[in-house]
Formats: sequence, C-alpha cells, structure tokens
Amino acid sequence: MNVIYTDNNATTKVADEVVQEMVPYLGEFYGNPSSMHTFGDQVGAKVRKARQQVADLINADPEEILFTSCGTESDNSAIHSALNTFPERNHIITSVVEHPAILNLFKHLEAEKGYEVTLVPVDKQGRLDMDVLYGAMSENTAVISLMWANNETGVIFPIEEVAKKAREKGILFHTDAVQAAGKVPIDVQAAPVDMLSMSGHKIHAPKGIGVLYIRKGLKFYPHLIGGHQEEGRRAGTENTVSIIGLGKACELAREGLDFMNTEVRGLRDYLQAQLLEKIPGTSVNGELDNRLPNTLSIGFDAVEGESILMLLDRDGICASSGSACTSGSLDPSHVLMAMEVPFKSAHGTIRFSLSHYNTRDEMDKIVANMVDTIDRLRQMSPFWKDGKMI
Amino acid sequence: MWDYTDKVKEHFLNPRNAGELEGANAVGETGSLSCGDALKLMLKVNDNERITDASFMTFGCASAVASSSALTEIIKGMTLDEAAKVTNDDISDFLGGLPKEKMHCSVMGQQALSKAIADYRGIQIEEKPGEIVCECFDVTDLEIIDAVQAHNLTTVDDVTHYTKAGGGCGKCLDRIAEVIELAKAKG
Repeated sequence: MNVIYTDNNATTKVADEVVQEMVPYLGEFYGNPSSMHTFGDQVGAKVRKARQQVADLINADPEEILFTSCGTESDNSAIHSALNTFPERNHIITSVVEHPAILNLFKHLEAEKGYEVTLVPVDKQGRLDMDVLYGAMSENTAVISLMWANNETGVIFPIEEVAKKAREKGILFHTDAVQAAGKVPIDVQAAPVDMLSMSGHKIHAPKGIGVLYIRKGLKFYPHLIGGHQEEGRRAGTENTVSIIGLGKACELAREGLDFMNTEVRGLRDYLQAQLLEKIPGTSVNGELDNRLPNTLSIGFDAVEGESILMLLDRDGICASSGSACTSGSLDPSHVLMAMEVPFKSAHGTIRFSLSHYNTRDEMDKIVANMVDTIDRLRQMSPFWKDGKMI
Repeated sequence: MWDYTDKVKEHFLNPRNAGELEGANAVGETGSLSCGDALKLMLKVNDNERITDASFMTFGCASAVASSSALTEIIKGMTLDEAAKVTNDDISDFLGGLPKEKMHCSVMGQQALSKAIADYRGIQIEEKPGEIVCECFDVTDLEIIDAVQAHNLTTVDDVTHYTKAGGGCGKCLDRIAEVIELAKAKG
C-alpha cells in the first residue's frame, strides 16, 4: 500500500540527497575527525562544512553550532548551562504548551531541585499571555525557555520580541526551535536568543542528531564531561555520518523555505478548506494566520481521535491525534487543554503535518477518506444525531 | 501503536449491532464526552426476560467500539439473569484480550449492561455506596477495593487502567495508594 505521509511534525523522510551525502561516510570514510592524519581529516572537513551549512540556516557563525544527539539533549544542555551560569537565581519561566523535553524538565527542576517555575498560560488561540510573561521576569529569573512554534497547533510565538526583552533584563533566553526550523525563517541576529535547539529528523535528516546554537561569548557549562570534542562543550566522538547528513538537510531546508511558505502552505490551506467545507461540526485549533505553513490541527465534534487514525491507517494515511486514549490520560493533550478547546472537538482532534513531498492528489485522498471516516464514526456516536451534536 | 488482537481490529472495523435499536425497552448509558469515551447500550427484552436484540452507540477509541460490539454479541439470546453475570473479563476474553491500559473499555461495557438491566427491571440504581476517591471519573473507594480484589491489582497504575480512577487531574493518586493497601489488608 502506498503511504500518504502527513505526520511530518513527528518525524520526516530522510531526503534522498541526504542519504547520498551520508553513504560514503558509513563505509569508506570512517576516520575520526579529531585525528592528526589526512584520512581522519577528510571526515573533519565534511563536519566543518556541515557546521557551516547548519549555521547558514539560522544566520549564525559555525563556531556557535554544537552538535548533540537530539532536540531533547539540546534543550536539557541549554537549561543545565543557564542554571549553572546563575547559581544564585532560583526562578525559571516557560509556557504551558511546551514539548515534554522542556515542560517535564522544568517540572523536574521544580519538584527535585527547588526551583520556582512560572508556566505562562496561552489563550484560546494558543497565543502567549504576554502580561504574565513580562510580569514574571525578575532579577531572580535565571532563564526563559519558549518554543519558537508549537508542535501540535503550529502556533508561532513572538520569539524576537521576548528575546529582546529578556536581554534588556539580563535573563538568559533559550528557544526550542525544533518545529520552526526549516518551516519559517530563523535569524539569530534579528532575534537575539542566547541558545536555540534544533533536531535533525524533523528536517529530513536522520534521527539521533540535534543542534544547540550557543551565542558567541556566552559562557557554556557542558552537560557531558569527557574529551575535548566540540571545543570542549560536548564530550564524545562526533556522530559524523549524521552530522554530514544534517548539514545537507539544512542546506536543502534553506533552499526550500520559499516553497514551504508558498506551495506547502497552499496544500495545507486547501486541505483545511476542503475538510471545513465537506464535514460539518469541524473547527481548526490555533491562531489561523500565525501558524507554521505545514501544520493543521483540526477537531471533529462527537468522535474520538484514535478511531479516526485507525480508519485513516486503512488507506495508508499517517497523521496524529490530539489525545491519547489510555486510562492514564483520557484527557486531550496538554496543549489543547491549555487552549481550552472544548471536549466535544478536543477528543476528535487530528494533526496533519505536511512536507514538500506531499501532493494535491494526496490531499484529495485524505479528504475523501475523512468524509467517510467521520460519517461512519458519527453514525455510531451517542453524541451525534441528524447532522449535529446532541 | 496499540497491540490490538486481530479480533479487536475486526470488531472495530466491522462493528456488530451499531446504531439505534427500534423498539428497545432497556437502555443503559455510561461515560461522557469529557471522559473521552461513552456508551449507550440498547436492548430488546421479551416477556421471558430474554434479550432478543441488542445494539450500541459508542464514542471512543477502537477498543471501546470493539468492546461494545463484543458485548452485544455476547448477551444476545441470554436471559437478564445470565447477562447480569457477564463481567468485563468476559468481554476482554471474547476479543482475545485487551492491552491493560484499555481494560476500562471493557469495564464500561459491563457498567452499561448493569444499567440497562436495572432500567428494564425498573430498579433505581442506588447512589453509589462508599466515599468518592476520584472526582474526575466519579470512582469510590469501594469500587477500587472491588477492582483490586477481583483482579489482584497491586499498583496505582493498575487501578487506573481498570477503573480510570486517577486518570484525570491526578490529585487522588496518593489516596488510591492508601485504598490499595486497605484492600490488601482486608483481602
């Protein structure tokens, strides 16, 4: 069965160009980039090139790029360093809709290390409560961490504005840009963030490679202690093959940014319009005109997400739901709950996240399946009768 | 993905007896929209108290739909006395088992069945005895004790999987742990 892959905020296809770039370094060129011989430095040169390619995607300097194992490691390393920078401060700020890589880290710091945590709420469209955010900043605040864009709804936060404010106040600012990278322009000169996390597998590089941007001049306290790799900022022999793949992926992402914001956005808007038109009792989650161009979080009244996913799966369509029906958490996702999305549509929320590999024909197939799927589930739903909620 | 048996998948994709039942004379409803799953069970019961037809309407995940479908197949043709003895384990067994995180789906079936039987017999289901432990899902200490003893549950997670207690805000997790200790002491 052909797969229609619209779950790109979960992970992405490794681009063919990226695979081609990596293959020689899986086999023939196995040298260690730190070695003092030409054989090793053939790999070293490719790693240097990759560092430049990554830096170019976000308008940084190559020396500001640290390779890690994943977005979560980048996030943890950034916060670890920030807290070591200000050992006398015990207040930290993030938002209620962060990815667990930040949210659970902050909850851990609160419960186990005694930090005072401010969780900034969002409104019904997923926008940050700026009054709470600015009101919470104080001389005791060590670090603020906010995602550039939300993985579930695609809503974009005003990172440039907050980063400037944090700088004025002398507070370190970190952003989790795992979802934003490659989808919207990122310029660390315009948005003065101190640290920024990215992940390879969200931008058509392999899993197991991440990036932490660390602004030049910022004191960095390493999370992994050991050898001298990465200028002493992360010990451990580099994941050379994946780094080389990530470099290529960043180059492709930079070149593809226009396409993402025109063609892919057009496909997403088409899918959204078709679903809204053809299926009653449907609503889109998040601030409509301030979202990632590839992301659609859309709720269907009176039906449940896992059932929808299983019926999509029959046609090879891959998407995500906004809730996990496990006994441990029958609640919709923390993001939808924070936005106060009503239960009637929160349980039936599906996230479609597109890439440049998707086609209009695929969107039509998704729409056809969804019309049938939602109708079928509503026919057996006790909350749906004669074309509306009861 | 969930490790569903082929039978669970089959009953989800081709549910038996889904939809309204014309002429139903016994109805049992459980769950709600906010809970994330709900079931309305409809029965036709003849003068000999035999279930001649059954149907369901379910809002929920694949295993909730499959459990509802299985329930209707199990009870059709039974007398109400026989049906009253059907347990959630019977529903799970019929489907070749459910993931433990999904056992509450089968419990929901059993609850709707009890309510439908009570509805036919005109019995007002009494206020639940015991003290509410989980306010999110309206679960009492006695219900937790029953579940712990019937299924040899040992952890708070187990109790949540079976009864949903603790699956909402999580405020009652410590209290559930106490009730488990109490149940073990009694058992």
